Amino acid sequence: MVVKGKKQSISVYGDGPGDRAIERHTLSVLVDNEPGVLARVIGLFSGRGYNIESLTVAETNKELNQSRMTIIAVGTPAVIDQIRHQLERLVPVHRVNDLTEEGDHVERELALVKVVGTDEKRIEALRSANIFRARVVDSTQESFVFEVTGSADKVNAFIDLMIPLGMVNVSRTGSAAISRGPDKM
Amino acid sequence: MISAVKEKALAAKTSKTKKMSGAEMVIEALVEQGIDTIFGYPGGAVLPIYDALFQQNKVKHILCRHEQGAAHAAEGYARSTGKTGVVLVTSGPGATNAVTGLTDALLDSIPLVCITGQVPTFLIGNDAFQEADTTGITRPCTKHNYLVKDVNDLSNILHEAFHISGSGRPGPVVIDLPKDVQFAEGNYINKANAITHMYQPQTEPDMMAIEEAVRLIANAKKPIFYTGGGVINAGPKASKDLTEFVKKTGHPITSTLMGLGAFPAHEEQWLGMLGMHGTYEANWAMHDCDVMVCIGARFDDRITGDIAKFSPKSKKIHIDIDPSSINKIVSVDLPIVADAGSAITAMLKIWKDKKYKVNQDALNRWWSKIDEWRSVNCLSYKNSDTIIKPQFALERLRHHLSKQKKDVFITTEVGQHQMWAAQFLPFDKPNHWMTSGGLGTMGYGLPAAIGTQLGNPDGLVIDVAGEASILMNIQEMSTAVQYNLPVKIFILNNQWMGMVRQWQELLHGERYSQSYTESLPDFVKLAEAYGGVGLRADTPDELDGVIEQMLKTDKVTIVDVRTCQSENCFPMIPSGKAHNEMILAADADKFDKKLV
Ligand SMILES: Cc1ncc(C[n+]2csc(CCOP(=O)(O)OP(=O)(O)O)c2C)c(N)n1
Ligand SMILES: [Mg+2]
Repeated sequence: MVVKGKKQSISVYGDGPGDRAIERHTLSVLVDNEPGVLARVIGLFSGRGYNIESLTVAETNKELNQSRMTIIAVGTPAVIDQIRHQLERLVPVHRVNDLTEEGDHVERELALVKVVGTDEKRIEALRSANIFRARVVDSTQESFVFEVTGSADKVNAFIDLMIPLGMVNVSRTGSAAISRGPDKM
Repeated sequence: MISAVKEKALAAKTSKTKKMSGAEMVIEALVEQGIDTIFGYPGGAVLPIYDALFQQNKVKHILCRHEQGAAHAAEGYARSTGKTGVVLVTSGPGATNAVTGLTDALLDSIPLVCITGQVPTFLIGNDAFQEADTTGITRPCTKHNYLVKDVNDLSNILHEAFHISGSGRPGPVVIDLPKDVQFAEGNYINKANAITHMYQPQTEPDMMAIEEAVRLIANAKKPIFYTGGGVINAGPKASKDLTEFVKKTGHPITSTLMGLGAFPAHEEQWLGMLGMHGTYEANWAMHDCDVMVCIGARFDDRITGDIAKFSPKSKKIHIDIDPSSINKIVSVDLPIVADAGSAITAMLKIWKDKKYKVNQDALNRWWSKIDEWRSVNCLSYKNSDTIIKPQFALERLRHHLSKQKKDVFITTEVGQHQMWAAQFLPFDKPNHWMTSGGLGTMGYGLPAAIGTQLGNPDGLVIDVAGEASILMNIQEMSTAVQYNLPVKIFILNNQWMGMVRQWQELLHGERYSQSYTESLPDFVKLAEAYGGVGLRADTPDELDGVIEQMLKTDKVTIVDVRTCQSENCFPMIPSGKAHNEMILAADADKFDKKLV
């Protein structure tokens, strides 16, 4: 393990990881859909001090009673590796794939964005929504709810655009991801 | 809840099943799993199981005096017999009291199955009397846990729990069992028909990697074997093969606290324990080696010291059954995921088949370097005619034990005495040394000794204790008396929480905050009050007589050995320092005490 610029440590446990490169990885986790499985995964992240950016989960195979979780985790490469191994240790976890590591994958997030306003701003909001291929799923005289899907970056960009145009609320799903190509995983 | 597929498979088998109550299923499954001894404490939420226990005689229940004691006793039993330890406790306080034992078993990879009572399913979540969220509380301190809501799931869960607890990297599994499920009738699926294959850890090594490892070992100029508790967990054959393999190579070997006994300590190649209080030669050899063969150990911070300066020049081979242990702390050159036993056996076979030879010249040079380190005589201490030095007490104990015909088992509490026991007592066999390594739990030793004695009725079981630690589970004296367990408690009584005092002396400017153990009981009278035997040694010349007496008693015996109060445990690698920055008894005075 490389530790950069280590000084005499104050703590008897030495310094933390310091300024090593932080990466962002998308993990796809196949789990038994049983009570407590989400708590096990969340508990693992909080208990071991790992950072999670987003987590989504839903049942994906009724017959096998399995769910797929998509977890965006951030950390040094060594920490990301640990996260994968620690997840694999959990008994109801069948498989963990690091999509970022394994190659091309598609990542999508959905957001519902509520914008309130009239006149110019309202028209501008609708025009921008068009550019982002956001759909209007609710509208009143003075408000819209847009549904936008795309990468987290695209959703972020859309939200940034909507803030000055009267955005009052947003609800995001977090990313779902899958590998490209014919591979099963 | 179980998957639809599993449910279907199980349904197909129900035609062959017996009907019985949940409580009866617990007993039935224990018997099928080969369990004849369990440790526990009754209470409202487990009464149906206690009722079922009462009506049979295949499973013996050992009533401990505290649920923590029951859990540690089960650990001692498990570690000394290689079987799974079983604990039975009630809901709420029964379960929370067991948590320390569960955590201890998780950190030291001890197979335990702990059945906790729970309030009836329809009361869960209502803050019912003695309700605790046991699965929530124990999730991070178990390998796996279950809350059983349907009696028809119970038998499969019981069998799966034993499978999970004992396979792969062993650990504790909790089954939380609501009272109504214990009463309910359901189908019992026997062990043969149970579906447990969902959990299948990898145990067989990648043979290419094993070949590469053997090649590295053969070509090494400054090799060292660094082994841990994983070798013990892999069963006696792993230790036997390890011994043969290491002898064939002629390489030096050291081990962690948990791994003591896997390689016989009387052999020339044995360097003693490594780590914070390890020997000078072991730590220097780790620091200077060119090939490190780590088997079933996990680079704990008590082993490595300063990670940045840890064994900087070596190629590292790491064999571990738990992939998450590999590259967690130290990045290694050759990772091998496997059961320690399978990997060692495979390496030994290749070594023999391919008639490998070591680089003898280089090895000789390495050994003469090691002999230089050995000549430092790092465990030497200044003896006294008037005051009992703790090291001297252990040397006398070792002397008397060497004449014992009985199989000797040592357990310990936590503190200086634990480190001295590891340094001064000889460990020649696996499964004969029970200590709390990962968690460092004071109060572990006495209950663990009780479990060990139960699993080895003809053995001689000694708990090397500190006066502070022993008070943490002293109530288990009663258990030892009730079941006629003649365990010996050898207290190195320095009247201080010695290890805390040592850190305060060396690292906190000699400010001895709360580490003096005031108002100690009279341990001789205490032993007698429980119905055991109490002995005391005040001066060095009394030691031999007292030890001889202790070895003759057929009852639980406390020996209060009044030792030097200010003795420190050396060598010591202060936390965060490197292996080659170890301090020895001789230069302790030069140690910079202002360092914090
Ligand atoms: C349950 C628990 N509480 C606190 C500690 C911290 N601790 C480690 S060693 C020690 C002192 C032990 O004193 P004693 O049993 O007398 O052993 P000695 O070091 O004197 O040999 C303490 C308090 C611990 N390891 N376990
Ligand atoms: Mg003490």
